[in-house]
Amino acid sequence: MGGVEKQRSIIDFTLSSLLRRKGKNAALLTVYALVVFFLASVMFFTQAIRKEAAALLASAPELVVQRTVAGRHDLIPLGYIEKIRGIRGISAVRGRLWGYYYDPLFLANYTLVVPEAFPWGTGTIVIGQAVARRTMTVEGSVMPFHTYSGKPVNLTVVNIMPATTELVAADLILLSADDFRMLFGVPPGLATDLVVEVANPAEVPTIARKIGALLPDTRPISRDEILRTYEAVFDWRSGILLTLLSGALLAFVIFAWDKATGLSAEERKEIGILKAVGWDTGDVLLMKFWEGTAISLSAFLAGVILAYLHVFIAAAPFFEPVIKGWSVLYPQFRLTPALDFSSLAVLFFLTVVPYTVATIVPAWRAATVDPDAVMRG
Amino acid sequence: MILHPAIIALLTGSLLTSALLLYAAFFAMRILRHWDLTSGSELQVSLERRTYLLTTVMACACTFQILSLFLFIHTADSICTLFSGAMCAAGTLNLNRFGYPALLLKLANFLLAGLWLIVNHVDSKGYDYPLIRVKYRLLLVIAPLLLAEMVVQGGHFLSLRPQVITSCCGSLFGARESGIASHLAILPEVQVLIALAITIALTLACGGYYLLRGKGGYPFAAAALVTFAIGAMALVSAIPVYIYALPTHHCPFCMLHREYGHIGYLLYVTLLGAGVAGLGAGALQPFRGVASLAAVLPVIQRRLVLTAMILYGAFGGVALWQIMVSELRLG
Amino acid sequence: MIELLNIHKTFNQGKTNEYVALREISLAIASRQATVLKGPSGSGKTTLLGILGGMARPTAGRIVLFEREITSLPERFLTDIRRRTFGFIFQQFNLVRGIGVLENVMLPAYPCGERHAILRERAMALLELFGLAGRAATRVEWLSGGEMQRVAIARALINNPAVIIADEPTAHLDTRLSGEFLEFMARLKGEGKTIIMASHDPLVYEAGLVDRVVEMRDGRIVYP
Repeated sequence: MGGVEKQRSIIDFTLSSLLRRKGKNAALLTVYALVVFFLASVMFFTQAIRKEAAALLASAPELVVQRTVAGRHDLIPLGYIEKIRGIRGISAVRGRLWGYYYDPLFLANYTLVVPEAFPWGTGTIVIGQAVARRTMTVEGSVMPFHTYSGKPVNLTVVNIMPATTELVAADLILLSADDFRMLFGVPPGLATDLVVEVANPAEVPTIARKIGALLPDTRPISRDEILRTYEAVFDWRSGILLTLLSGALLAFVIFAWDKATGLSAEERKEIGILKAVGWDTGDVLLMKFWEGTAISLSAFLAGVILAYLHVFIAAAPFFEPVIKGWSVLYPQFRLTPALDFSSLAVLFFLTVVPYTVATIVPAWRAATVDPDAVMRG
Repeated sequence: MILHPAIIALLTGSLLTSALLLYAAFFAMRILRHWDLTSGSELQVSLERRTYLLTTVMACACTFQILSLFLFIHTADSICTLFSGAMCAAGTLNLNRFGYPALLLKLANFLLAGLWLIVNHVDSKGYDYPLIRVKYRLLLVIAPLLLAEMVVQGGHFLSLRPQVITSCCGSLFGARESGIASHLAILPEVQVLIALAITIALTLACGGYYLLRGKGGYPFAAAALVTFAIGAMALVSAIPVYIYALPTHHCPFCMLHREYGHIGYLLYVTLLGAGVAGLGAGALQPFRGVASLAAVLPVIQRRLVLTAMILYGAFGGVALWQIMVSELRLG
Repeated sequence: MIELLNIHKTFNQGKTNEYVALREISLAIASRQATVLKGPSGSGKTTLLGILGGMARPTAGRIVLFEREITSLPERFLTDIRRRTFGFIFQQFNLVRGIGVLENVMLPAYPCGERHAILRERAMALLELFGLAGRAATRVEWLSGGEMQRVAIARALINNPAVIIADEPTAHLDTRLSGEFLEFMARLKGEGKTIIMASHDPLVYEAGLVDRVVEMRDGRIVYP
């Protein structure tokens, strides 16, 4: 078909023209790819980290009950367990002990958690990978702590947790209930919060409401709420990053527009010649379309591939602090690669669409040179 | 407002598309006012050059529109976790009164933009710009609709407040609530499917007759339009039930998920494509008398009719295949 | 074959710098003849050449080409007619720099949608004819003046046009190359092509192949 041959000829010519103007196009391509790279990194990273968090929370308890005093989270009396257990639909209630510990020696914050079952007994701890790395601890060594009253205590590391779920478990230290109470001075009969297991997940909101009514000084939090909050926080953070990057995006669009408008005399003359020897405005526009497509496609591919390597292979050294959190102990882990239609579509709308819109009018202006312009000199 | 990347992208996209369309509408009005083909004045020459720009702008807008349609559904789907009670796109769209209108506007604008490109293509084949007024009036219809879409979509996203209890797709399309969507859902599945089969067969028959005899353009267009409507109804009422093998699950969005092999995309694309082609074939019918189009119009119409037939056939085929492999059996 | 009826051309219409380039031009150009538009610079001959070749539209008046009125055809159709009917040779040849001779010759045919291989063959045959086959891959900026001239002629012929239009073809050529150019034109005329040239070079309008000289001044035809 004639149409296809025409497209082919024009694409051939467009590509050879692009290669002829390497310098000019290389600059545009680099900036374009860089913009795609930054946006794509943010997107991929958020996407992957959301997945990670969701996977982790899948094993979290359905419902947690906290006590609040003057609007602040406070220790909860274990006596509440009996009161809650009476509500229909609850299969189990137990108290949890957990908290944060600041280690002035290594300038790090640890999360201390008393697991449901801690078979190693008092005086021992199990630590996360990041803690082990930071304190250069191996199994069997002793970690020094200070109790709430300033008394030094040594706890023996009996185990180091596997690296599989490092995002959340990185700064974790597991210990026995007695050690926990001793370290923080939590009196017996009080816990950090209560975990409520519900037989039918559909009843969680109802049970939460009942607990709230029964014990007005408590705050029930469901897993869905936590998940939602995580998602909102990750979305919000990447949104903020994208908004910050919008300055860069705007600069890029202006740059692209400027490049498209400021045709060199050489290019202008070339288009004039094409028009003079029999190219229609539509043919020149077609050439400009293929030119834009070639540039967008290469920049998009280059940017996306670089971002993929950056996030999933190099673990996003550029954005890690902003998106993951503020802890000193950064988890070290490879995110599970994830690429989906919506991330690519989002990137398309944030980069290719603005680029196209910025270059349509300049391209058209270039294409509508009078055919007899070359004759008029 | 939720600062989600996809929402930022959608808002940016619709802002830019609307800006393009406003720009185009401005020149469309100038063309409608000053167009005079017999004149060789500089104004006329510059207006003719503008038509190239407007064609490019509309082609871009149409491309952006279809992408934004899918991204919109996709986003509604992925942010549903932020709202308790919402389990898929249906729940998110139902969060406020802008959700479904935004979706409908997106659909309408895509169809109209596609129609515009068809009319424009035909116009460019006539040596005297036979459809120039038609197409720029159509553009003046599309521009405000696109602006409306931007406003409604913006309204939808801006008024999203996480954690509002919403009805999920289970209850929205579950024949419990009122509203268009649930009215469609309580349509009897089997009857809708029979109607779909009949209208597709009718469209194919009309199309076949048209291809053979070159006559019956209007009946074909009518049949194609009815098939589009019935197809859309089937897409929210009967077909999902079979895809999910759940007699109560009517959601037209979940089928876009990986769990269902993205089968939804195939159904949406074939139905939308068939709708545009059928609409185009019908819209061109009144211009068969135009002298400068006498040679090209029948060829283009035949092509459109054939496209619509193939796509409707594919739509019906995919739906039938899904029903055949489904574990669900409805009397 | 080309008839101009009462052609006017005004630039910057309605503005303070309005300028009338052509007025009341009526002219008929016969097939298979060589016509020269002669006149000083600013007399409007290049503008008229553009209108004759379908490159620009007159502000008023009518153009009839092969008994078909083409005055108010949309640009798209006019361009299509133009590239199949006319071959253009410009004052400074206007070759596209940075690409090879062969591609330069093929350029005018790209929008026609011909098979690339066939087009290439035809272009090679033309280069052969003008003794440029060995230079097919050479970039045009490495060519001598005479070679550039021949490439420009080959390019004008790629779509096998009925009419060759040349604007001041000898303005940048020495006497020997000008003579060579006119020989090529004579040969093309002999093959049945119509030749239209704009020039104020006596070498051109006094050349033996010229059948008719149209003299212009201030946008009007003063002779005949």
